[in-house]
Amino acid sequence: MPVNEPAKPVFDVDRRKLLRSGLSLGALTFLTGCDISDNDTVQSVFAEISQWNNLVQGALFGGARLAPEYPESMAVKDFRYNAWYHADQSPQLSAADYKLELAGLIDNKKPWRVNDLYALPQKSQVTRHVCVEGWSMIGKWTGTPLSEFLKRVGADTTAKYVGFACADGYYESIDMATALHPQTIMAYQLSDQILPVKYGFPFKIRIPTKLGFKNPKFVTAIYVTNRNPGGFWVDRGYNWFSGI
Amino acid sequence: MKTVKISASTHDIQEHPLLVRIAHWAQALAIIIMVGSGWRIYNSDPIFDNFRFWQWATLGGDPPVAKIAHMDPGVANALNWHFSGLWLLLASYLLFIIHGLVSGHFRRDFLPLNLPGLIRDFISALTFKLSHRLGAYNHVQRAAYWGVLFAVLMMFVTGLAIWKPVQLSWLTWLCGGYPTARVLHFIFMSGICLFIIVHVTLVALVPKTLVAMVLGRAAEPIHTAETSHAGE
Repeated sequence: MPVNEPAKPVFDVDRRKLLRSGLSLGALTFLTGCDISDNDTVQSVFAEISQWNNLVQGALFGGARLAPEYPESMAVKDFRYNAWYHADQSPQLSAADYKLELAGLIDNKKPWRVNDLYALPQKSQVTRHVCVEGWSMIGKWTGTPLSEFLKRVGADTTAKYVGFACADGYYESIDMATALHPQTIMAYQLSDQILPVKYGFPFKIRIPTKLGFKNPKFVTAIYVTNRNPGGFWVDRGYNWFSGI
Repeated sequence: MKTVKISASTHDIQEHPLLVRIAHWAQALAIIIMVGSGWRIYNSDPIFDNFRFWQWATLGGDPPVAKIAHMDPGVANALNWHFSGLWLLLASYLLFIIHGLVSGHFRRDFLPLNLPGLIRDFISALTFKLSHRLGAYNHVQRAAYWGVLFAVLMMFVTGLAIWKPVQLSWLTWLCGGYPTARVLHFIFMSGICLFIIVHVTLVALVPKTLVAMVLGRAAEPIHTAETSHAGE
């Protein structure tokens, strides 16, 4: 072996080597380019891992741990509208005809009218709404704790899930621990105003411990069940627990 | 330290135990998944108004297909990649860190590291006078490896702050609040990308390092002790 061969200056940037490094980078990007996301097997692996992530998040969730609250001055007045349809296509529910239906493991399934709902004891919160896309916004919501409502109607709070059906075709479901969380409310007001149509009149479920899409608007039915009802976005590949 | 190396002056040898190679390639794959999917998620709501990542460089499937299956431009897929890849990254990162600390790999190969050495090697590198000895890292390389390990750690920290701003609100607070934690997540991602560009370029210039990281061993019969620091 040649012992005294001069050391190769390694940083001799020649064209061939540059090309080679370029190709390596190209290979890297190609790896991401040949995207297998839509493959059926990949989708079912995603579903399995999402189940695991539900378990992890359920374990991380503290039933008494509160979402940070902010001074009222930080609450945004002109709250961002977000849905898969335009705001002017929002369902216009009339307070006179509206009825909240109850179903499943609930003792008293008598439907509720808007005025009866609005007469229930209420609490306000100034909390951060966090969207799965990444944006977030602080708002002030006022309404009845869902736990209070579930108690009044005699819901089986040992059941696993609470489901929601909405007037715009949306549907959602949450774990019972989150349903009973003190900051999970049936929000009748945003920024001290009766919930405007596009934000979900007559009420939305406001859950500051979950991502935005887990906060259904235009709720027309609440039900208690032991079978996971899924959700509009959950059934389209989004994680079900989606706690924050 | 140097005199020890002279005794092996006929060969520069780079060796990587199997555990290191597995952890390295698993981290490489996981980082490609995390960055690619992270860019698709970023694009759904850019932090910087006029900046979106090139669609082809992101991970999350074909947008027209995703539009039908998920009613989005591939965000559900990207989120699934991100929250799957994170477990691969966590496992391989922990494997690498624990092995590096226990085996003495970090102490042996990434230390000592000091400012005079860093400045000297950095200037040598800028003036193309820094020689590369297979199996021995200069101060710039050592700093880069510590830096990227720290950046990945901070990706976990800022990622947790974004994922759990309520359950881990103290962590989000430490990161400066939710919006700031997102920016920090972006900044540490950029640092990792910068590392990858330099790392891959250098590997392309010294391909034997790739041989060592794949097969476990590479040797170069090049030099004697005098040539170890051409800049000195």
